[in-house]
Amino acid sequence: MDLTLYVWRQKDAKDSGRLEKYPAKSIDPNMSFLEMLDVVNEGLIQQNIEPIAFDSDCREGICGTCSMTINGIPHGPERGTTVCQLHMRKFKDGDAIYIEPFRARAFPVLRDLITDRSAFDRIIQAGGYVSINTGGVPDGNAIPVPKVAQEEAMDAAQCIGCGACVAACKNASAMLFVSAKVSHLALLPQGAVERKRRVLNMVGQMDAESFGSCTNQYECEAVCPKEISVQFIARMNREYLQGRVLPEA
Amino acid sequence: MTDKVQRITSVFSSSIGKKLIVAFTGVILTGFVVGHMLGNLQVFLGQDKFNTYASFLQGLGELLYVVRGMLLLAVILHIYFSIKLALENREARPIPYAVKKYREASYASRTMHYSGIIVFAFIVYHILHFTLGKVHPQYYHYIDPKGRHDVYSMVILSFRNPLISGTYIVSMFLLAWHLSHGFSSLFQTLGLNNARLRPVLGTLGTLLAWAVFAGYVSIPLAAWTGILKLPPGVLP
Repeated sequence: MDLTLYVWRQKDAKDSGRLEKYPAKSIDPNMSFLEMLDVVNEGLIQQNIEPIAFDSDCREGICGTCSMTINGIPHGPERGTTVCQLHMRKFKDGDAIYIEPFRARAFPVLRDLITDRSAFDRIIQAGGYVSINTGGVPDGNAIPVPKVAQEEAMDAAQCIGCGACVAACKNASAMLFVSAKVSHLALLPQGAVERKRRVLNMVGQMDAESFGSCTNQYECEAVCPKEISVQFIARMNREYLQGRVLPEA
Repeated sequence: MTDKVQRITSVFSSSIGKKLIVAFTGVILTGFVVGHMLGNLQVFLGQDKFNTYASFLQGLGELLYVVRGMLLLAVILHIYFSIKLALENREARPIPYAVKKYREASYASRTMHYSGIIVFAFIVYHILHFTLGKVHPQYYHYIDPKGRHDVYSMVILSFRNPLISGTYIVSMFLLAWHLSHGFSSLFQTLGLNNARLRPVLGTLGTLLAWAVFAGYVSIPLAAWTGILKLPPGVLP
């Protein structure tokens, strides 16, 4: 299949950047989107053009490194997948494809399609952990965890921190990401101890990183490769209110 | 600043804190919209009943001003924090996408500030019209047989003016539009949502929005079509 790509090219963080048009000829429909870009890059190298820079790592849909907005949708048109798991058979011969980086003030573009998403790391550092005092190894099943809580916690823990929620949100809000982390830990007995401090610190860091705030449109959930539910945002709001109003136990 | 004061001010400066204020004032304003509609629908009970209700409200004295003050405060906070959040949200994405597709966001949810601004302008006009009698004063000074302010005739005569009822119907549509996103949205922000409640709240929001629209719009339509009849002697 033959395609026309419009790719965001930006030399470095200071460059203003622009969309460049590249033809992508004789693409195998069974290629993944990233493999298609690899092929296009081979061609660019042969023409002495700087290849398109993009992030990728595991290429099996579990790491959350690949990040691009394809035709206006982060991770592309296929629901519940990352870009690396999007295949060219989802496109038609002759299609024009716009490829842009994840856009947010908190995710500055480093080069082409690569953004700096370390704002997420700083949010995790602010409270996305469970403090463990060293000592003897506790028994495996010493702390009973109700099955319902366990399952919901695991639904939230599926978040791979790719940032598609921020990229899709018209407000570049990180609330789906933060709420998944807050919920995941608050639902488990080990994490519940620090729940109040955690939600306040993580939301504080989120605001400091200049993410926007949720207007309940649920675009994030629709593009999330792990299909994290916005019910966790409601849970985070609840946790936040409790953390503010009730004294820490 | 004491610790306690700092804690309260930081609620107002945090993103979720501001959202909570918008949601909480939204609850108050939605309550008013429904209550005001139910009160207004008493126009269908006839001139005497409706004017009794109107003079009951006017007779509340200080309580009336307490309620009005609270509503005014709710409106101010709702608008102030919505605008503040909207400006911050705009700053969160300085470079827009060349191509942007929406998958989930309803049209109503993307136009909340437009519907909100127009509804606010309508509220100002509406108070100047029916409460203060500053615009369209020709409908304001009727007295009913019991010597009370004839709100019933004022409403019918006003709504027989197509320009007034047209403005009213359009504004009520935008109010319903605003509520169709706002109602379920405020539950989500207040943290009162989960997988089971979500479809219920969505449906309830839509139903409430159209019930509000139908309820309010029924009055100008009834005045227009002559279902609501003017009492004898009002028109020369």
